[in-house]
Amino acid sequence: MRSHAKRLPSRPVILLLQVAVLVGFFLLWHVLTVTTNLLSPFFFGTPLAVLERTIKDFASGVIWYHLGITLLETALAFVIGTVSGIAFGFWFARAPLVSVVFDPYIKAVNALPRVVLAPIFALWLGLGIWSKVALGVTLVFFIVFFNVYQGVKEVSPVVLANARMLGANSRHLFRHVYLPSALSWVFSSLHTAVGFAMVGAVVGEYLGSSAGLGYRIHQAEGVFDTVGVFSGMLVLTIFVVAIDSAVTMAEKRLLHWRPQEAQTTH
Amino acid sequence: MAEAAATAPALCLEGVTCIFPSPDGRGRTYTAVQNASFTVADGEFVSIVGPTGSGKSTLLNVAAGLLRPSEGRALSFGQPVTGINPLAGYMFQAEALMPWKSALENVAVGLEFRGVSKREALDRAGPWLTRVGLDGFGDRFPHQLSGGMRKRVALAQTLIVDPKIVLMDEPFSALDIQTRQMMENELLDLWAADRKSVVFITHDLEEAIAMSDRVLVLSAGPGSRLIGEYKITLDRPRDVAEIRMTPQFLALHKEIWGQLRDEVLKGYAQTKLR
Ligand SMILES: Nc1ncnc2c1ncn2[C@@H]1O[C@H](COP(=O)(O)OP(=O)(O)OP(=O)(O)O)[C@@H](O)[C@H]1O
Ligand SMILES: [Mg+2]
Repeated sequence: MRSHAKRLPSRPVILLLQVAVLVGFFLLWHVLTVTTNLLSPFFFGTPLAVLERTIKDFASGVIWYHLGITLLETALAFVIGTVSGIAFGFWFARAPLVSVVFDPYIKAVNALPRVVLAPIFALWLGLGIWSKVALGVTLVFFIVFFNVYQGVKEVSPVVLANARMLGANSRHLFRHVYLPSALSWVFSSLHTAVGFAMVGAVVGEYLGSSAGLGYRIHQAEGVFDTVGVFSGMLVLTIFVVAIDSAVTMAEKRLLHWRPQEAQTTH
Repeated sequence: MAEAAATAPALCLEGVTCIFPSPDGRGRTYTAVQNASFTVADGEFVSIVGPTGSGKSTLLNVAAGLLRPSEGRALSFGQPVTGINPLAGYMFQAEALMPWKSALENVAVGLEFRGVSKREALDRAGPWLTRVGLDGFGDRFPHQLSGGMRKRVALAQTLIVDPKIVLMDEPFSALDIQTRQMMENELLDLWAADRKSVVFITHDLEEAIAMSDRVLVLSAGPGSRLIGEYKITLDRPRDVAEIRMTPQFLALHKEIWGQLRDEVLKGYAQTKLR
């Protein structure tokens, strides 16, 4: 139990340690490339150059456009994938025949590495944002789909029986029992779903496009601009961390009914 | 039709037998209840006692329409029970609150299902929470309540929709003795006010005698049968704590316990064997 766990230091101390790890990493990188020249700056870049490039890109404004494109693709893939995943998840969970018949095909498609679809989507939908959205959707859909399916199936039979005894019709059951249960599963997979939406967008851009963070990284790689590649990765990381904390906040608001690890105030 | 409903018993089980498939799925079966018949008159308070695993919850599920008996049938106010029994309220033995709704919302939800607007349902749920002693706990979620508090929310949730017959499966076994006696008295008051029919399941023979008009004893499983029926002629209104001291109560307790004890021992031995 919690009270028996080793006591962790307070939050500021933890934050300080986390920053120390980051600084340590950059220092090590700096020492290896610049001070001792053990690693060639041509292949590994240098932290200062990467930082400088990133700041310059933000200041000059070029990066904002690409960031916006990637964000748009991610958002669209996430929304479309989530909504369709919820709809199909419900349909399959409530129609046993459909789920039995389609089961092997769903599993087969899900086992397919989605990256191979990227060129096909580019062929069908062109090099604009929609081919990237499609790739993201194929990734997000299955995560949400399986979670909704599980959520509907795992509703406690007693809670269900209780609702029916209280007079719920099938519409009420959907609204008051199945949906909240399924959504709690969806939200628990929200981090993964958002992550995959972004993977779809960036990978799609990387494989063929004219804008976006993936495109920037690909461009830099094409001319052996390692600093540009690392700068692109840095921007991508900041972007992911920002989105992930937004998801965490949404989760806290929407799943407040769920038992967390028991906590008391001190 | 209205005439028949007025005179028909609130609940009537006729030769109910429930056979479950064995969990190992090798075609063997387990007979939980064998040929159980009893009636509960309109406005009557009936308790069922019996050793664990004797099929008390099973019988209640049949009365609620959640379980179709293998043989026999159930009638509620003259109507055969097929599907959910709309006249019954059911307080489950297991946790049945919706974990994503607050205590107040849980109490109100039955009214919402009956077409009452959410606002009004919540307004009417408030006094019910007060009645079960949970004033000020309305915005807690089930996981933030103690086990006994959850039972009290479930009680309010069941009674707010005003069922004509209330099925209660060990409703108070999670409560401490003081709260329990308070709730028992509260239930008796509620019952006296509008004379709903109640089927009350309990492990606790004293509770059964203190509350009921009639106590039914179920034998140990498999194939439990009703083996005893005792009319409780103690005066009403009763106070559950005080009535336990009266000589009539003690005599009744002695008589019923004499029969129940053997079944409990048998039931325990059988559970250990299985
Ligand atoms: N769905 C089921 N499938 C198989 N067996 C079942 C099922 N439901 C109940 N049983 C069996 O039927 C018997 C009666 O169960 P029931 O829940 O009615 O007992 P009970 O009298 O309510 O016990 P307790 O007092 O412990 O709640 C038990 O032996 C149980 O194992
Ligand atoms: Mg039971």
